[in-house]
Amino acid sequence: MDRANQLLRRLPSWVVYLAGAIPFALLVYAALTNTLGPDPVKGLERPLGEWGLRFLIASLAVTPLMRAGLRLLKFRRALGLLGFFYVLLHFTVWISVDMAFLWSQILGDLVKRPYIIVGFAGFVLLVPLALTSSNFAIRRMGALAWRRLHWLAYPAILAGAVHFVMIGKVWTADSLLYLGLVAVLLAARLIPVRKRRLQTA
Amino acid sequence: MRYRNEYRWSEITPKSAFLNRRQIIAATAALIASPALAAGGTYSTDEAPNSLEDITSYNNYYEFGYGKSDPAAYAGGLKTDPWSIVIDGLVDKPGTYDLADVLKGQTIEERIYRFRCVEAWSMVIPWNGFELSALLNRVGVQPAAKYVAFETLLRPEEMPGQKLAGIEWPYREGLRMDEAMNPLTLLATGIYGEPMPNQNGAPIRLVVPWKYGFKSIKSIVRISLTETMPQTTWNMLQPNEYGFYANVNPEVDHPRWSQASERPIGGGLFAGRKETIKFNGYGEQVASLYAGQDLAKDY
Ligand code: HEM
Repeated sequence: MDRANQLLRRLPSWVVYLAGAIPFALLVYAALTNTLGPDPVKGLERPLGEWGLRFLIASLAVTPLMRAGLRLLKFRRALGLLGFFYVLLHFTVWISVDMAFLWSQILGDLVKRPYIIVGFAGFVLLVPLALTSSNFAIRRMGALAWRRLHWLAYPAILAGAVHFVMIGKVWTADSLLYLGLVAVLLAARLIPVRKRRLQTA
Repeated sequence: MRYRNEYRWSEITPKSAFLNRRQIIAATAALIASPALAAGGTYSTDEAPNSLEDITSYNNYYEFGYGKSDPAAYAGGLKTDPWSIVIDGLVDKPGTYDLADVLKGQTIEERIYRFRCVEAWSMVIPWNGFELSALLNRVGVQPAAKYVAFETLLRPEEMPGQKLAGIEWPYREGLRMDEAMNPLTLLATGIYGEPMPNQNGAPIRLVVPWKYGFKSIKSIVRISLTETMPQTTWNMLQPNEYGFYANVNPEVDHPRWSQASERPIGGGLFAGRKETIKFNGYGEQVASLYAGQDLAKDY
């Protein structure tokens, strides 16, 4: 574990940003070479949503892993921002090439379709978090207020995972797996709190 | 396969050409130029069909998995020879019919139909097949028969999706008698003059072009004529999302998405959307079937 942490300390966070951009680069490449499959719109929209969820879940795993001894805190911002970046692109693809800028249908779906409402709620909750993802914002807001605001990550990521489950016409294993992961990572946050209380009691 | 189409696309145009969507138009022109190939022309659309590759690599066939590429990936192991269809219920000549027998005396013609999936995407597909009514007339429809029920093959060893929980197999579909007898309603045995690919419902499937795709049941092993409305798979699963009729209707939204428009597959990333037409554009032939019916209620 110490060896791992030593290596992690030397790893600059731009490496995470760079590695996190690889799926995006591959998707752009596939789009340009026309190899996104017979339905390139979904071929773009779905992986973007899925990568968004993956990075958001990774950011959610940082704190529990820290309690297990692995120091990943300095990468948390990169993971969260990467997640937001993919979700933003996912949303953009939906509005543009999927819904073809048909605004009346877009607005209709945003208020009428449960899985869109839930996904959109997740996205909206992520916006203030992305906007305050800087040392400057933490200083400006004060650490406590910043932390309170960033608790929004929990409902946001949960919404993203629920949104995925709601899309399937039947229950699908992969979407339930993601939701299960989110549930475990959120539940993990409850355990140490109780422990600490026991210790002080 | 046990039958031969009257003609094959490969006879009029090299296979590589109909695999290439851009050259389809040329192939269609050749088709129109040759009078022997004009059969079924009155029911065919003159829109350019999707490439064989699109049609055979992007579709739903949950018996092989939930993903759109699963049918192409996993249908290879399906054995479609021998094949027979049980025809029973309110018919004069019930029995187990060998596929060759089902096809006996039927003229396989080409029908280029629009295909609209309930998930709001669409294709244009050159089916080969014959009218369902021709088969029903051969086996003799009894006056009491009001509906036709269909079943897909149940063979989990070859259909891995049937091992997944979630759907009560076999897949079931149904039509009202007048829908079944409509000349648009096809039993299809091929696409582009080739035998029906496994992933598209080999060896024989239904095609009902004015209804959402899930009504067009694949790999049929049973046709029963009934007096009461048969149970249908998606309706059993989600009755508020999928009705028995499932007519393409831009005015009646699916609870989870709008049906007002559709994404044509095959036009690339920027194909955009087009407006969905009621009855998928076949209103002239079928709207009268539903006169007096409230299609918002009978969705
Ligand atoms: C936290 C925010 C979000 C996350 C984490 C997220 C994640 C996902 C995931 C994982 C999928 C499924 C990918 C797959 O099938 O492999 C998906 C699909 C989809 N999402 Fe999102 N999403 C979010 C927000 C949104 C928003 C804001 C919209 C639009 C308003 C949206 C619209 C869609 C659509 C249309 C699909 C595809 C459904 C289909 O299969 O046709 N999502 N999303």
